[in-house]
Amino acid sequence: MQNYLDFEKSLAELEGKAEELRALARQDPEMDISEEAERLDHRASEMLRDLYAKLTPWQKCQVARHPSRPHTLHYVERLFNEWTPLAGDRNFAEDHAVIGGLARFEDRPVVVIGHEKGTDTKSRIERNFGMARPEGYRKAVRLMQMADRFGLPVITLVDTPGAYPGKGAEERGQAEAIARSTEMCLKLGAPIVSVVIGEGGSGGAVAFATADRVAMLEHAVYSVISPEGCASILWKNAEKMKEAAAALRLTAQDLLQLKVIDRVIEEPVGGAQRDPKEAISRVGRAISDMLGGLDGMSRDDLRAARRRKFIEMGRVGLA
Amino acid sequence: MNWITDFVTPKVKSLFSKREMPENLWVKCESCSQMLFHRELAENLQVCPSCGFHMAIIPRDRFRGLFDGGVFVEIDVPEPLADPLQFRDEKRYSDRIRDARRKTNEKDAMLVAHGQIFGLNTVAAAMDFAFMGGSMGMGVGNALLKAAETAVAQHAPLVVFASAGGARMQEGILSLMQMPRTTIAVEMVHEQGLPFIVVLTNPTTGGVTASFAMLGDVHIAEPDALICFAGPRVIEQTIREKLPEGFQRAEYLLDHGMIDQVIPRGRQREELGQLLRLLLKEPPMVRADLPAPEPEPEAAPEPEPAEATDTQPEPPSPDAVEPEKGAQA
Ligand SMILES: [Zn+2]
Repeated sequence: MQNYLDFEKSLAELEGKAEELRALARQDPEMDISEEAERLDHRASEMLRDLYAKLTPWQKCQVARHPSRPHTLHYVERLFNEWTPLAGDRNFAEDHAVIGGLARFEDRPVVVIGHEKGTDTKSRIERNFGMARPEGYRKAVRLMQMADRFGLPVITLVDTPGAYPGKGAEERGQAEAIARSTEMCLKLGAPIVSVVIGEGGSGGAVAFATADRVAMLEHAVYSVISPEGCASILWKNAEKMKEAAAALRLTAQDLLQLKVIDRVIEEPVGGAQRDPKEAISRVGRAISDMLGGLDGMSRDDLRAARRRKFIEMGRVGLA
Repeated sequence: MNWITDFVTPKVKSLFSKREMPENLWVKCESCSQMLFHRELAENLQVCPSCGFHMAIIPRDRFRGLFDGGVFVEIDVPEPLADPLQFRDEKRYSDRIRDARRKTNEKDAMLVAHGQIFGLNTVAAAMDFAFMGGSMGMGVGNALLKAAETAVAQHAPLVVFASAGGARMQEGILSLMQMPRTTIAVEMVHEQGLPFIVVLTNPTTGGVTASFAMLGDVHIAEPDALICFAGPRVIEQTIREKLPEGFQRAEYLLDHGMIDQVIPRGRQREELGQLLRLLLKEPPMVRADLPAPEPEPEAAPEPEPAEATDTQPEPPSPDAVEPEKGAQA
């Protein structure tokens, strides 16, 4: 069962009709509906292609948050072998909003870190909807330090609405934890590549995405604040999120132009949620390519180039 | 009364020369409601003499209170691209920036200067809450990078006074990118074995707290300053419960291990002086080295003209202290 977004209403009707027709045909084998069903399918796939070819920034936010979109664990399952999850910040707790561990990518051992949103009500609650607490960032720092010691590349997958704004999180130093994670990304003497697979929410995202190479899925978003948050502050009206989404320039396409990210990974027609397998393998190819481009760089070269990249950001604007 | 108060007294005129003279020369303390004469408040570095409440202070006044003789040299900050996203909400960003510049007479929300603290050459950067809520965008990032470069070039420690309502949303993702950029600035200072000290002032929130402001060798906070990542309102909306008294205030953070000391503004100069000397293995401060309470103009170190901009430090001029002059509405 497809999960439709509000702007996919006509598409839902069309696909629903085609589905109904097929159901009828199953009950009555005498009925010849193949032509009609084909016609409907064709119209639906055209509509899907057109819709996704010109998503507005707000629609992209909706797609990026789509519940059926593949999440970090789906990527881990398909892209890595010998997945060895590692837990805990060695200080306070294990944060289930952040997964991390060792794995083999193609032929090389790597460290994987990513936000995990969960896939059903139970796991979403357990994962705190991908909103990390300080322990998540501290675990990430610990794993990056390990990667640094053993010279293992780090792959981060970013998918979070933002760091968790909770009482305990603040008391235990959410700000400091994020700052240390960003700092560790910069200190790392091994390659680090990052893919924003869904939502890149503010400081909670940058703490993992301060990388040598950053890619975004075609309909992913990456922003300093959620459109709703921005609308309620600047427009004094959270309903203005469409305007805010457009003004924030949070799409992969705009971020590429701003040189904040290095590449956009094309999604299957209708978004990653329509064909998770294909989306995941495209991300895998991008990671392979990005890591390959960093091969042979020394620790010092990596760090210096990473630094330079961020220092130079902001020289290009958008019209 | 300490040395700072005595010394700052003659400089009242310059304190008010840069920004609009308030219509009403009496300021009501937000905390105790006491009516305070603006001059008295300025002498006390914008701290209420009656209840100790710390009000916002502009970077130039901070620098005057921080550096020996109130003398400092402002360091030019490379200007970023104007309005990189062509951002517009109900107002254009370019108009907001223009208004903020007009109101504050500053280019952006962070100023950088160098001078001496008890004879020790120091670079300082201070945020200006009056400039779009001290929000961090490219201008602030550039300022901190410049401050770090200057500290490295002069082999001097860096002290940052943080104050921020959040990110400069109008610069979108580029404001977020100031988190790594300012972190790089901290790294540059640390790599040279130089101290990076943060003074957290009211309020320090969001991306500023979650980047350079939490990466200091030492974290000092002003009393009762709000210091947080997510603001109390956002948290209350998320967890749907009332937060405890004093939550996210300086003293609360001290109890939770996030800062080293809470130090009132009037004592910061001396505490910083001592701290920097200890970290740099310099001999103790010698009080006799201090300029006299009424220093001669030549007591001020020569400003370096190459870097000086509009902040030619004025020697204290006796006519500035005339109360009736100060009292003109
Ligand atoms: Zn008071």
